[in-house]
Amino acid sequence: MDRLRDRVFPVIAILLVIVAAWYAFAVYMNAPFQRDLDRRAGLTPGTVEFIGKTLSQPKPTMPAPHQVAQNFFENTFLRKVTSARSLVYHSWVTLSSTLLGFTFGTALGILIAVGIVHVIALDRSLMPWIIASQTIPILAVAPMIIVVLAAIGITGLIPKALISTYLSFFPVAVGMVKGLRSPDLMHLDLMHTYNASASQTFWKLRVPASVPFLFASMKVAVAASLVGAIVGELPTGAVAGIGAKLLAGSYYSQTIEMWAALVAGSVVAALLVVLVGFVGRVVERSMGGRPA
Amino acid sequence: MLMTVNQATATSVGSAVVEARKLGLTFQTNDGPVRALSDVNLTINKGEFVSFIGPSGCGKTTFLRVIADLEQPTEGTISINGMTPEQARQARAYGYVFQAAALFPWRTIESNVGLPLEIIGLSKAEQQERIKRTMDLVNLTGFEKKYPWQLSGGMQQRASIARALAFDADLLLMDEPFGALDEIVRDHLNEQLLRLWRQTNKTICFVTHSIPEAVYLSTRIVVMSPRPGRVTDVIESTLPTERPLDIRESPEFLAIAARVRDGLRAGHSYED
Repeated sequence: MDRLRDRVFPVIAILLVIVAAWYAFAVYMNAPFQRDLDRRAGLTPGTVEFIGKTLSQPKPTMPAPHQVAQNFFENTFLRKVTSARSLVYHSWVTLSSTLLGFTFGTALGILIAVGIVHVIALDRSLMPWIIASQTIPILAVAPMIIVVLAAIGITGLIPKALISTYLSFFPVAVGMVKGLRSPDLMHLDLMHTYNASASQTFWKLRVPASVPFLFASMKVAVAASLVGAIVGELPTGAVAGIGAKLLAGSYYSQTIEMWAALVAGSVVAALLVVLVGFVGRVVERSMGGRPA
Repeated sequence: MLMTVNQATATSVGSAVVEARKLGLTFQTNDGPVRALSDVNLTINKGEFVSFIGPSGCGKTTFLRVIADLEQPTEGTISINGMTPEQARQARAYGYVFQAAALFPWRTIESNVGLPLEIIGLSKAEQQERIKRTMDLVNLTGFEKKYPWQLSGGMQQRASIARALAFDADLLLMDEPFGALDEIVRDHLNEQLLRLWRQTNKTICFVTHSIPEAVYLSTRIVVMSPRPGRVTDVIESTLPTERPLDIRESPEFLAIAARVRDGLRAGHSYED
């Protein structure tokens, strides 16, 4: 009961506010076009009828929540997952490059962090470049990556995954540098008194100490990976994936389809973040973490 | 005041474990050099319980860290069992207990106690055997599978003492191990530490800023004063080896405590 009151209710309340505002905006934004249509057809509908019409246009400027919900439901649950109209299919395409890119990104981030923590030259030289890499707009870089890789014969999943990697290694690298440096001086002194080797200090102290930092940064990285995968689908002319769906929707003014794809993307992102958080909690519990 | 080189007494039962000659250490800080230790001459013999007492900044912890090869002296010499501090550390000649328990939160108590044994590379069976023995020594049997956060502060510090004892070094260095604990727990642990010292016949160097603690535990008390950190007095305890807690009300105890207090005051007199 407490959980319901403390956690579910506030979220529902905000959701209701958003839905109400969304409806209001949908009416407001679709009204001019609807008025235009009615004028040409010589109709003079009443207020209620008019509002109803603004909320059921086939290609509205701003689709109403129920239109998006209906489209999302149909394309998620009522279509075969192999169908090109299925959101599950498109989500899977995007998810596969997200996961591949996330795996690359996490591995790369950890590798960079280990290098930075152990090699002074890397500490001085690499960090500014890593930060600079993230100031470059990914939308500008993505087409170049695709073109360059296509020129050497790499197409398909890998280029998209690499764009995910580009976005996801950064939070992991920064988080892991902090994590690997998190053991306090007393613990490091302790290892020194045992005459522990650098690798013993690394595996028995630095690595376990960095685990909470790893999962915190992986949560950020997995969401960034998804963004990277979607962005990667835009310039590739990809025919499948959430990014491709968004692009196609914008070509044909299928606003409802676009919003439904957007919702699908959000759901995938939420699931990924929750999954990483869950794995993180399981690992922390197995490492003797105090139950929250 | 400069102490004489080897104050062999009835309480010293063996050869020199720690020998410091004209030992000095100057830290280079942003505000210029700071002399943490100056002209320290001290011999600690096998089986002694030596306390270092003094106000903050007197170099008592620094001296302990020099023995442990955690700081390098800039003047003079120091030897541990006839070796340099670095060699002694590599030979695992001492166990070190820090101000905080410094247990690894992701390890159970037994696995924390076993950490130094893992690093030395003992067999699993030997590790288990030593863990069991040292846990028993500090009365923590039954808490092997607990994690540090499940234990009280006093128990955590006992676990850290067990960890320092695990590889059976003859020298135990303790840096204000009970400073963060309340008085009642502290009394209890002092009693246990004395018992442990008598049982194991180890040499103990113990840093504290509590006069009663120093007098109660030690066979010898080294009084230090700051700026620069130096030894101002060395007091031989006349208390018997067997020390119940109420010995702290005896006139003999109070006389030693008074001398320690005088020594501390003398060290402070030139300030301000």
